[in-house]
Amino acid sequence: MKIPLVYNLRSALRRPVSSAMTALGVAFVVGVFIAMLALAHGFRMALVKTGSPDNVLVLRKGTDSELASGISRNEANIIAALPEIATGPDGQPLVSPEVFVPVSLEAAGGGGDRLVVARGVTAQAFAVRRTIRIVEGRRFAPGQDEVIIGTAIAPRLAHSAVGDSIRFGGRAWLVAGHFSAGGSVFESEVWGENEQLMPVLRGEFFQVVAFRLKSPGLFPEVRAALDQDPRLQVDAHRESEFYAAQSAALQTILSFLAVFITSIMAIGAIFGALNTMYAAVASRTGEIGVLLTLGFKPRSVMASFLAESVAIALVGGLVGCLVAIPINGVVTSTTNWSSFSMLAFHFLVTPGILAAGLLFAAVMGLVGGYFPARRASRMPVVQALR
Amino acid sequence: MKYFPLVWANLTRHKRRTVLTTLSVALALFLFASLRSVVTTLRASADVGSETRMVVQSAKGIVFFLPQSYRERLQAVPGVRAVTWADWFGGVYQDPKNFFAQFAVDPESYLDVYRGDMSLPADQRAAFIQERTACVVGRSLMEKFGWHLGQTITLQGTIFTGDWPLTIRGVYRSLQPSFPEDALLLHYDYAYERNRTWMEPGWYVLELSDPGLAPQVAAAIDRMFKNSSDPTKTGTEQAFNTSFVTMWGNVSFLMDTIGMAVVFAILLVAANSMMLSARERTNEVGVLKTVGFGDRLLFGLVMAEAGTIAASGAILGLGAAKALFHAIHFTAMGFLPGFDVTAGTLALGVGIAALLAAASGLVPAAAAARLSPVQALRHVE
Amino acid sequence: MPLVELRHLSKHFQRDSQVIAVFDDIDLDVPEGSFTALMGPSGSGKSTLLNLVAGLDRPTSGTVVVAGAEVSAMGPGALADWRARHVGFVFQSYNLLPVLTAAQNVELPLLLTRLSKAERREHVATALGVVGLADRAAHFPRQLSGGQEQRVAIARALVSDPTVVLLDEPTGQLDAHSAAEILELLQRLNREFHKTILMVTHDPHAAQAAGTVLHLDKGVLTA
Repeated sequence: MKIPLVYNLRSALRRPVSSAMTALGVAFVVGVFIAMLALAHGFRMALVKTGSPDNVLVLRKGTDSELASGISRNEANIIAALPEIATGPDGQPLVSPEVFVPVSLEAAGGGGDRLVVARGVTAQAFAVRRTIRIVEGRRFAPGQDEVIIGTAIAPRLAHSAVGDSIRFGGRAWLVAGHFSAGGSVFESEVWGENEQLMPVLRGEFFQVVAFRLKSPGLFPEVRAALDQDPRLQVDAHRESEFYAAQSAALQTILSFLAVFITSIMAIGAIFGALNTMYAAVASRTGEIGVLLTLGFKPRSVMASFLAESVAIALVGGLVGCLVAIPINGVVTSTTNWSSFSMLAFHFLVTPGILAAGLLFAAVMGLVGGYFPARRASRMPVVQALR
Repeated sequence: MKYFPLVWANLTRHKRRTVLTTLSVALALFLFASLRSVVTTLRASADVGSETRMVVQSAKGIVFFLPQSYRERLQAVPGVRAVTWADWFGGVYQDPKNFFAQFAVDPESYLDVYRGDMSLPADQRAAFIQERTACVVGRSLMEKFGWHLGQTITLQGTIFTGDWPLTIRGVYRSLQPSFPEDALLLHYDYAYERNRTWMEPGWYVLELSDPGLAPQVAAAIDRMFKNSSDPTKTGTEQAFNTSFVTMWGNVSFLMDTIGMAVVFAILLVAANSMMLSARERTNEVGVLKTVGFGDRLLFGLVMAEAGTIAASGAILGLGAAKALFHAIHFTAMGFLPGFDVTAGTLALGVGIAALLAAASGLVPAAAAARLSPVQALRHVE
Repeated sequence: MPLVELRHLSKHFQRDSQVIAVFDDIDLDVPEGSFTALMGPSGSGKSTLLNLVAGLDRPTSGTVVVAGAEVSAMGPGALADWRARHVGFVFQSYNLLPVLTAAQNVELPLLLTRLSKAERREHVATALGVVGLADRAAHFPRQLSGGQEQRVAIARALVSDPTVVLLDEPTGQLDAHSAAEILELLQRLNREFHKTILMVTHDPHAAQAAGTVLHLDKGVLTA
């Protein structure tokens, strides 16, 4: 670029208010863009982190949601006998039959009731679902009316502190502890002992049997074996794919919203940039004339003004990024329609999203600057000098 | 307004700038109206629900059934005129993507309780009631899939496993804007046949003889079943619908925040545009003042310019929002039935436009008012 | 061989449906190393003539040849390159870029060459030295007086060692004192550095500084 960039940067600063307003407009668009992407990404990550490729979930045939599934004890025992299941350090197969039921719990702050997933588990569940850690208190004691609550959902429920009691299923349950689960959906759940929860909730059926494969490559055989077994009416799902699929619908909605809203805002910001740059070109016709007289080519003039527009937009993009970054980690919640219950997750801002925001800003600057820059370059020299 | 030609001349001096700014305002208000309407629609659908209806669900959670035996006991509660029940069927029609609501109902009592919201020709009603494998479909659902009366469709059950062939014997129209027209009703007994061991009503809907009795009825019912193995949670139909809306999360907060960002961004564009124009006209202001135009008049002229742009943008943007969503029958795939840009939203939009005009025009207008002619005429841009 | 040759040069303008002939069939030779002033009443087309010599405009008919190159037949891209190398142009209103320092303004034509940064800096220093403003290199135009601005403009016109220096009313916006300084500078450039100068002016005083004075009136060029 033959024309020195410093000419453009300083010229932009000569109209500080105008340039600043344009940059700010871009900043708003980029800020909203990043926020919405962070929302969608955070939601997706919560679900993606939940599954691992060497875990298998077995549900009743024909359903793709734990909600509608039912597996008898008998079936669960047959499944547990599969040779492909890995064994734990204690020699026991890593199989976890689980009850899964959304229950109505009182929300914190008097907001009425919320549906939250209650999962009945055995001790093996903690081994199969590797990421569970007790962060406060302890595990529920066997044979007692006790539960542990996930860290994402605990702040949103009433009486959820360790040592307090929550009510559901017609009974009071002692909150023995809180647990984290690596940012996955389990952090939005309440866990209790199978044997305690089953009679209270849905009766003698499990909703899912989860187990660990000896190696992820064994999945196709396992799926075929379960499919062909005449005693069973079940389907096997790879845990990672299962949860990833759940995010699909809301992902689509959020992505659509993000694109729709930011596109319209972007058009507005581009119009702003257009106005600013056209005015800049108009007021600097003399300077353009000089540059052309001196022998700078029209395309250099065009590149020069384009650079000016992009520079202003990038400044705006940067501001937008800075403003949006603090949203990272903010927790929000929505309903996971596959389980019909509340899912708490955080906004997740990644370097990739920030880069996308900056790129977006640059594009806005390019589009907004193109026509004015072209006009600048097309100016007949003699006219410009007049 | 004899000065309007002057205002107009100024606006058309830089046609492109005026057009761009007006379009920006229009876009912003279009977006604002759209976002706001999501909130108002969700609230409206929560308000749907006749005051005379109440919903009884299991206190343990929506996924729990209530005993069949509750029917008679509910009917006996003073103030209850009629009782019906339903189950969420949750079947799949060909592809999970073709999602729509399906309810297994007791045909006669259900159609009776919802007679004010669903309109069904008498012969279709009769055909539906007497045929166990029949179903009734909402009009927009019919149009969406291109079905016709008498056609047999098959649903793959998820909660109720197996294949369920159903013959369409009726098409209902909704009589209230927010009442969804994209649901399917089938016989409770049809599903029960194959699932006797465990199927029970998902929830009961009651019609009250007097809406004022709602609190007492709710209290009476919940007290009645409090210590049983299936305690109930009874509330108005509105409360029931609202609970689904809140499941979305803090939607109104999100929409309002984005809406504000949008408005601010466009405010910048509009103000910038006004300033650019003002700067170029310093000389002219000097001439006008020399001729005898007063300070206040010039202030007014600049504000009028800002106002014209804002007004045009408002009409364009708000008008487009209202017309567009109406024309395409937008319902966000059924999630937002009865989506409409309300008068309230439009009024808010106009208010924002006025604010925009004031904010963007104020500084240039004040500057023009204060400018001394001599200074202005000497000014070389 | 004259440095600048104009043959049968004509320039017409079209305004709406009217054709205005600025001048018709002009012949002119500008010898190398000469200092020529071109005078005439306003609207006589002297600036237009200058623009044609500089390759900023195209004649309606006729040829412009500068140092053997037929300027009037060059395409716009070639003209830009040619101007960068052969022409130093000074405007009545100085036309310095307000956001660049004096040195940066003078450097502009050199950015179109392949000189290194160090070489460019050297040339700029020399040019500013010639016009007597070495101490103002880092100043912005707004910090300079009119006369100083014009001198910077002249330095910019000189820095790439052009074939011909063209000036359009260089003293038009200056007071008597500054004007005299500029004219003195021009004379020095012509005498000591043998620069060929063609200056358009309506100020007889300025014309006196030149070696040759031509008049353009109603499309007729006279000595």
